[in-house]
Amino acid sequence: MVRFILSKLLYLVPTFLGITIIAFGFVRILPGDPVLLMAGERGVSPERHAELSAQLGFDKPFIMQYFDFLGRLLQGDFGNSLVTKKPVLTEFLALFPATVELGLCAIIIATLIGVPVGVLAAIKRGSWFDQLSMTTALVGFSMPIFWWGLLLIIFFSGFLGWTPVSGRISLMYFFPQVTGFMLIDSLLSGQDGAFISAVSHLILPSVVLATIPLAVIARQTRSAMLEVMGEDYVRTARAKGMPSRRVIGVHALRNAMIPVVTTIGLQIGVLMAGAILTETIFSWPGIGKWMIDSISRRDYPVVQSGLLLIAGMVMVVNLLVDLTYGLINPRIRAS
Amino acid sequence: MSNSAQMSTAAIRRQMLAEFWFYFRQNRGAVVGLFVFILLVLTAVFAPVLAPHSPATQYRDALLLPPFWQEGGRAEFLLGTDAVGRDMLSRLIYGAQYSLFIGIVVVSIALFGGIFIGLVAGFFRGWVDAVIMRVMDIILAFPSLLLALVLVAVLGPGLTNAMIAIAIVYQPHFARLTRAAVMSEMKREYVTAARVAGAGNMRLMFKTILPNCLAPLIVQATLSFSSAVLDSAALGFLGMGAQPPAPEWGTMLAEAREFILRAWWVVTFPGLAILTSVLAINMMGDGLRDALDPKLKRS
Repeated sequence: MVRFILSKLLYLVPTFLGITIIAFGFVRILPGDPVLLMAGERGVSPERHAELSAQLGFDKPFIMQYFDFLGRLLQGDFGNSLVTKKPVLTEFLALFPATVELGLCAIIIATLIGVPVGVLAAIKRGSWFDQLSMTTALVGFSMPIFWWGLLLIIFFSGFLGWTPVSGRISLMYFFPQVTGFMLIDSLLSGQDGAFISAVSHLILPSVVLATIPLAVIARQTRSAMLEVMGEDYVRTARAKGMPSRRVIGVHALRNAMIPVVTTIGLQIGVLMAGAILTETIFSWPGIGKWMIDSISRRDYPVVQSGLLLIAGMVMVVNLLVDLTYGLINPRIRAS
Repeated sequence: MSNSAQMSTAAIRRQMLAEFWFYFRQNRGAVVGLFVFILLVLTAVFAPVLAPHSPATQYRDALLLPPFWQEGGRAEFLLGTDAVGRDMLSRLIYGAQYSLFIGIVVVSIALFGGIFIGLVAGFFRGWVDAVIMRVMDIILAFPSLLLALVLVAVLGPGLTNAMIAIAIVYQPHFARLTRAAVMSEMKREYVTAARVAGAGNMRLMFKTILPNCLAPLIVQATLSFSSAVLDSAALGFLGMGAQPPAPEWGTMLAEAREFILRAWWVVTFPGLAILTSVLAINMMGDGLRDALDPKLKRS
């Protein structure tokens, strides 16, 4: 197992270096002088320009600049935002819990609904439930979630008036952010109604973000169950008179879950892409909205480091998924 | 002699097509999807004939009119008008051109690039393969929409750049798929036979091996087509894709955002158009997979 983990880690090193090259190169291939870009419309004097270039290292050869960049990264220095002047890492860490909270809620909704629906559809293959749920899953899979979010706002916020349109909590409440997770912090604050407000803000964005993973998980669970239920050991279990519930619950489901766990883990990339759209629609102050705002404000250090941090995070989660997969499926480890 | 050989090839091809259609037809959803897709293509091709108005004409006396069945709606604007008085139906009809065009361009670039890269990697193996696949891994490490967004930020917002960005992001999927298929085909005897018979690398790659790797690529191309429509609409929605006043569905949604609580139709119809086309293509993709995947065929 240790060898398996080490080999996976070693495999990550070149990929991570590649990601740093892309993130570094991205700012460098932008047309125009980076110093002028940073100075904005006010412009700079030639002396100040030379001074800034030297300070930021732009007067060095390209390759040296890359190694400087890499060196700073290893020390945890991701640069400063051009707009807020704050370190990018500080901003990232401040906004990160909001995205994690949204993503976790979405993946919990998707798993809690997707897995049972997939299992039921497989058991009742060809029934109206199977057909209805799989058609719905295909619609969910094809859903432009930015539109889906707007529709839900029109119906639940506009027409019924049940949920707020944007933000994480009502402005009426103010309490210290202990964990950064609004659900937990609102509970800790002990203020009346704060938790309810946090839930009502969270519900629509999480449903929107859960839509595509839910569809993928339901479809994957169904096909994994169907495959496993055709296996000899399931037939043997049935033949020796084991109750159907036990055959499905113990023999089939446990084996069918192996690819499903991987699918759930791999949704992290889908969630990050979805978070960009969902957070924009619901003005959710997370990483996705931060990236979009930085792109439109041309805040390149943020875009550069944000890209790097998000890709790094996706890579680590994928590694964890790989390791879990090796843990629950010994055959993978051996190969 | 050669004539009869050609005839038999044609007959085989016809038989394969009949078999394909037989399996494709089994999936009712796929047939519905195909039907809707053909409708979409016809709408795009005959947009100038079908659309009652020009997509760009602004009727100053008809701002934010509801669809004709609602109070205040007018029969000349069947699905209502948008905030600057343009006919929704005409814009939706012209929007079909954008979606199809985007899908075709993105899939073509990603498909040809991916096939070429995957063929080279799978055929030559060794360090060429290692380098190519590492680069593909790096591209795949980024969430696709995020990378496309950043690429567009570098290249500058616009439809062409959005299409290039999406194609770059999709291309590793094709490369990986081609590589895997090539590697399994390379072990087959017919490849060895062709090599012994003196076929060069180019002939082996493109004439001997590639045609036998196409089935999974066709399925992937269909799925990428629908994702391309979806992602380009998302980029349009975020202001990074097609720019106003283009009647691209995602861009139309972006323009409609501020009216969501006042005028439901400006938001509902463009999204419905995106959903319908993406759904139809995905349904078709499911049928194609069933018809082209021999593993599923046997079961």
